[in-house]
Amino acid sequence: MSDLTVSNTTLVLAFILVILALGIGYKEKLNFNKDIIVGVIRAIIQLSIVGYILKFVIKADDIWLTLACFAIIVINAGWNAGKRGKGIPKAIPISLFAIAVDTVLTVTILVLTGSIKFIPAQIVPFTGMVASNIMVAIGLCYRNMKQTFADRHQQVLEKLALGADIKLASSDILRESIKSGVQPTVDSIKTMGLVSLPGMMSGLIFAGVDPVKAIKYQIMICFMLLGSTSLGSIIACYLAYKQFYNEQKQLNDELFS
Amino acid sequence: MWGEILDNVIEIKRLNYSVDGQDILKNINLDIPRGTYLTFQGPSGSGKSTLMRIIASMITATSGEVLFNGQHLSSYEPTLYRQKVSYAFQQPTLFGKTVRENLEFPFLVRDKEFDQSLVTKYLEMVNLDESYIDKSVNDVSGGEKQRIALLRNLIFPPEVLITDEVTTGLDADNKAIVHDLIDRFNEKRGVTVLRVTHDESEIDASSHTVTIESGEIKNV
Repeated sequence: MSDLTVSNTTLVLAFILVILALGIGYKEKLNFNKDIIVGVIRAIIQLSIVGYILKFVIKADDIWLTLACFAIIVINAGWNAGKRGKGIPKAIPISLFAIAVDTVLTVTILVLTGSIKFIPAQIVPFTGMVASNIMVAIGLCYRNMKQTFADRHQQVLEKLALGADIKLASSDILRESIKSGVQPTVDSIKTMGLVSLPGMMSGLIFAGVDPVKAIKYQIMICFMLLGSTSLGSIIACYLAYKQFYNEQKQLNDELFS
Repeated sequence: MWGEILDNVIEIKRLNYSVDGQDILKNINLDIPRGTYLTFQGPSGSGKSTLMRIIASMITATSGEVLFNGQHLSSYEPTLYRQKVSYAFQQPTLFGKTVRENLEFPFLVRDKEFDQSLVTKYLEMVNLDESYIDKSVNDVSGGEKQRIALLRNLIFPPEVLITDEVTTGLDADNKAIVHDLIDRFNEKRGVTVLRVTHDESEIDASSHTVTIESGEIKNV
């Protein structure tokens, strides 16, 4: 671990790469310079603040402080995933509920099986990893669901007119939306080790852990992410599709106008 | 409206429908006797399809009542009601990949086993043979698509069939097949048919017509 040092000079030198990207973007009029600058500033500020908070939380090693961090991560993830579902009624409460249930379940299983310890140094990063992955998955589910309901509006109407219940009328939309949420995790797992060495595993190897042990840890994380993104997508989609209908089991036309 | 006939399958009382303050249907009152074949005509945008969608429980009236077999529409479970009052669309889409998925759908809705011999019998009624069951939905013509879509409504005969311009865009042969199918269910099975059409020949052939203009019934 002692070999892993990043001095301020190293950081400034690494920033040369960003300047290079900005130079190319400016010359080629790629219109992404503003995004890069905002992204870099946000990353520096957010990570610095989080770094100091984490240092404090880890040092304090207090159960309530750990749980507060857990809650903040889950609420933020739920809020951000919900924003992707703009136009779907109750999108934020649904994503909040899905992420909360899923993260609690996943982290509890990891703690109970002894995979991680209930200490802030392990709980906080794991919660962040789980919640952020579910957040992305639910965001994709929402986007797919809105688009597919709009595209297949007529087909859903016809199924309802034939006497189908809302679940049957939406079954293919539901299936595809869940799949769209889980697919990126499945794809990344398929290419793991071939295309990329995942962050957690790279971190462990950086820190001097035996690569074989690091791989074991990564396999556990794969199981965890696959399970949690699947469960989160299923919970969110099964609650969200109902919002497209009213009490009379009619399509809520206001959502499509 | 038909003298002594008292057994109304549908009764509409003081029905209004408006969207964003704009009146689409105004004070509609109509009794529809069981087993009748009633044609709704009127200019485009007059509110015919809206009225049909309200009767089919696809949308809800702003005010007024729709009674089905003497009971308020809202007292029925919506999916069970729509199995009894079935709405057929002007340009239907076929679901999934094969015709089978479409003809299986009414069975799925009722949680019943797919009955291929029954489906084959129905396909023959619209001049299609058993081989159509496994055809891709992309390999059927527009007329065949409409015939298959109508079978979805009729495999389990409803009490009321609403056809919303289902023959628009069909050639004479396809129109004749669709007319025969609907007539057969009306005459032999006693299915009440509510037909929306702009087709002059269909209007001329109708024994009972309702004219809707600017959201109001002008003539019964």
